[in-house]
Amino acid sequence: MDAKTRFDFKSNIDAALKDQQLRRNLRNAMDILVDKRQAVFPDSDELEQLRAAGNAIKRRALKQLPRLLEQLEVKCSQNGIQVHWAEDTTQANGIVLDLMHRHHATAVVKGKSMVSEEMHLNHFLEEKGIEAVETDLGEFIIQLNHETPSHIIVPAIHKNKDEVAAIFHEKLADTPYTEDVEELTAIARQALRKRFAGTTVGLSGVNFAIAETGTLLLVENEGNGRMCTTAPDVHIAVMGLEKVVEKLSDVPPLLRLLTGSATGQIVTTYVNMITSPRKKGEKDGPKEVHLVILDNGRSRILADPQLRQTLLCIRCGTCLNHCPVYVRIGGHAYGHVYPGPIGKILTPQMEGLERTGVLVTASSLCGACGEVCPVKIPIPDLIRRLRNESYDQEKAAVVPGGGYKKNLAETMVWKGWELANRLPVLNEMGTRMAGAMGKHLPKVGPLKQWTSVRTAPRVARSSLHGRVRKEGVSHE
Amino acid sequence: MSPDLPGSVYFFGTCLMDAVYPDAGMAAIRLLQSRGLDVIFPPDQSCCGQPAYNSGFIEEARAVARKQIQVFSQPYPIVVPSGSCAGMMKHHYPGLFAGRKEEAAARRFAGRVYELFEYLVKVLNATFEDRGDPVTVTWHSSCHALREMNVVQYAKALIRQLKNVTLVELLRETECCGFGGTFAVKQPAISAAMVKDKVEDIRQTGASTLLAGDCGCLMNITGAMAHEGMAIDGKHLAEFLWERTNGR
Amino acid sequence: MNKPTYNPTARERILSRLHASGTRQTAVPDAPLPQEPRLERDEKIERLTALMTAVRTEIHVVEADAWPKKLVELARERGWKRLLYGPKSPIGPEIQAAWSADAKGLPERVPYLQAVKTFKKDLFETIDVAVTSARGAVADTGAVVLWPTPDEPRLMSLVPPVHVAVLDADTIYDSMTAMMTAENWAAGMPTNALLISGPSKTADIEFTLVFGVHGPKELIIIIRK
Repeated sequence: MDAKTRFDFKSNIDAALKDQQLRRNLRNAMDILVDKRQAVFPDSDELEQLRAAGNAIKRRALKQLPRLLEQLEVKCSQNGIQVHWAEDTTQANGIVLDLMHRHHATAVVKGKSMVSEEMHLNHFLEEKGIEAVETDLGEFIIQLNHETPSHIIVPAIHKNKDEVAAIFHEKLADTPYTEDVEELTAIARQALRKRFAGTTVGLSGVNFAIAETGTLLLVENEGNGRMCTTAPDVHIAVMGLEKVVEKLSDVPPLLRLLTGSATGQIVTTYVNMITSPRKKGEKDGPKEVHLVILDNGRSRILADPQLRQTLLCIRCGTCLNHCPVYVRIGGHAYGHVYPGPIGKILTPQMEGLERTGVLVTASSLCGACGEVCPVKIPIPDLIRRLRNESYDQEKAAVVPGGGYKKNLAETMVWKGWELANRLPVLNEMGTRMAGAMGKHLPKVGPLKQWTSVRTAPRVARSSLHGRVRKEGVSHE
Repeated sequence: MSPDLPGSVYFFGTCLMDAVYPDAGMAAIRLLQSRGLDVIFPPDQSCCGQPAYNSGFIEEARAVARKQIQVFSQPYPIVVPSGSCAGMMKHHYPGLFAGRKEEAAARRFAGRVYELFEYLVKVLNATFEDRGDPVTVTWHSSCHALREMNVVQYAKALIRQLKNVTLVELLRETECCGFGGTFAVKQPAISAAMVKDKVEDIRQTGASTLLAGDCGCLMNITGAMAHEGMAIDGKHLAEFLWERTNGR
Repeated sequence: MNKPTYNPTARERILSRLHASGTRQTAVPDAPLPQEPRLERDEKIERLTALMTAVRTEIHVVEADAWPKKLVELARERGWKRLLYGPKSPIGPEIQAAWSADAKGLPERVPYLQAVKTFKKDLFETIDVAVTSARGAVADTGAVVLWPTPDEPRLMSLVPPVHVAVLDADTIYDSMTAMMTAENWAAGMPTNALLISGPSKTADIEFTLVFGVHGPKELIIIIRK
């Protein structure tokens, strides 16, 4: 994809909508995830209380963000964790590469990390002759197939077991074709076990970084995350700077919200809290632990009081699961690292409106996402805000690329609309004209699109205004 | 009539009801009148401003919103036959004028807004007697009526009052129908996919009538059903209620 | 040897942007947490058992001193060949005693004494089961808590296909918050702290649940009352 041009959202959407298998898989998967979440939060009053608490905890963290990051750095350093700062993904990749070189490492085993996707780390390392081995089963599958994840939590959700069977059979040496899921999992376990034992460097993301104690917290079900952060000699953790929370006591409610919203679990198999590298006398664990704190536009997002709510996100993926658009087009259609509702508001703020602003048109503002977000991000409001920024009427756009959509035609349409709705005489004239045309409204522009799948709306001969007058309803 | 109830209420017709579903508008007015209320329809009313507001044209939306606030000047409740428009006025008008001189007026206005079925059930405690023939219906809840105004419970309560009406619920009742105002125009393919699924869901219920509380959804869904040649009727619940009960 | 890329300018620039962002003005609403349960010991055992067995953990509740008997019973039953443990751990001596009493049909006891570098092949390839103590457990979450030590290193509860944890019923807390507060975790966290709720699992392929991915395939908890 050309970095300078807008990505072809329309083609992506059209292709996805036509892909019946994709749509079936997605619908199935989303139904399951929605039901699981409902089952794990049976008491809606309690859930609302928990969401409010999650929102308050994250807001308190954002309120003190620079101070907490400084505290995190101090505590981590005291514990022996080396802290690095990266303004953008180029710097972050450079830091990782440097660490790889320092340890003469030619491969790295990776736990699932959306930030590493944001960095396009695998591609970057591969160009430098370093192998990045995805170890989360979903990521492992799509890596073999040279794909990117289509969902924040379940990266291979768009794949059937026969597709996985084919991928393993074709891409892994000496691997028979089997659709048995237990066997497929065993194949992955065997393939990766050697890598865990034999690789010098492991890389992970961070779910929450606790400033109070300098602790990195990770959640997972498979055990690959613990493998990547415990078996190698070096552990590199990459995180977005908004992942820091103030206190240990902030963790239990956030954890419950995260695992409940993401996979409908009360808790994941493992909650892994890392506070230092291997200490003297300890027999295992990495001898070096590095934390890379990534900005990549987050500090800019923080500067706007409304838009900074984007940074409340704890990357649970539930907004995707409830979105009527995501379930129909899947993650790849969005063309960028973060799909779904959160992706719609995050991507334009990171990549600029002029290239990615089209993403915010792909929402009916139904509000399903905002209703379920565990930390109460008002996603529809932020979509609307980004639409405002796209036209930048008030010349106060803060998002890069603001005003890119400003054009005379649309401005005139809405000015006309405004006039008609402010001036009763014009309003009546308009409805009377449309009413007179009856079913002969010209099928141009918006009406053309509309009538490809629906009959045109029939404007009544006599509007409600007219009827009300005729039937003598009070007017004051 | 109860001394606690107002003698007069405003009726905000909404722009879509005005142009496309005036019968439903008259039915809603009659329903309120049948409860002994004097219904006032200020002729200078037009649109709540949501189309521009949702599209990124906030200045234009603000100008039109300002007009509505001026037009509905008396302290009467404002009854709105749409969860979408009611939600706009109740939940978004205050923010539209935050920090501006109209802020107080906007808040007062917003505080007086009720969705129609909310008003009938919660405030008026209205009961209706079904005089119609047996019929099977299904209900689509508009996203804003559901999530912003939380009034779908009242609409369904009214349907359930009608003894000859069987309500078969949609499998995905709370999923968006794909209208979203300008969304249907800006992302027509996705919108089409959504309304097609909604129509299929309706077909599966075996209902002969689709009921909804929002004209945007109604226009979208009935348009799609007609395009597929389906014989299912689509009505605004206000019109259905009036026809079945004649206000009694 | 090059130093890692430490770019003080990046740090200063990021922090100065953050400080200038006006985020200090963020309003933080008052938001109380939901009430947490307060359970009796037996209720805690029950709740913990219910939640953990739902994710395929095997739980045995025994009288305090009888736990080594249970371990020995399981060892004979399951046909384990090599059992890893920490001789100097809180449960080490009792394991040694149980083996000394009658090692017939029992797996070979393998003490975790060397650093992992020389032990890795053995650990990854020949150990059937690792037995560790547990620091405690959290009833409302359904997880045991481990703070690995030099005597019971981290990989014990991760690499072998079976992990047995010995848990004192009196160390089961109502909730994570209760445990963190009572034990004052904020005063200092260990190298690694773990919550473990069951054997490793995945549902990444068509949501079909499979146990035993990269972590253990079996998790056995012996709760001593």
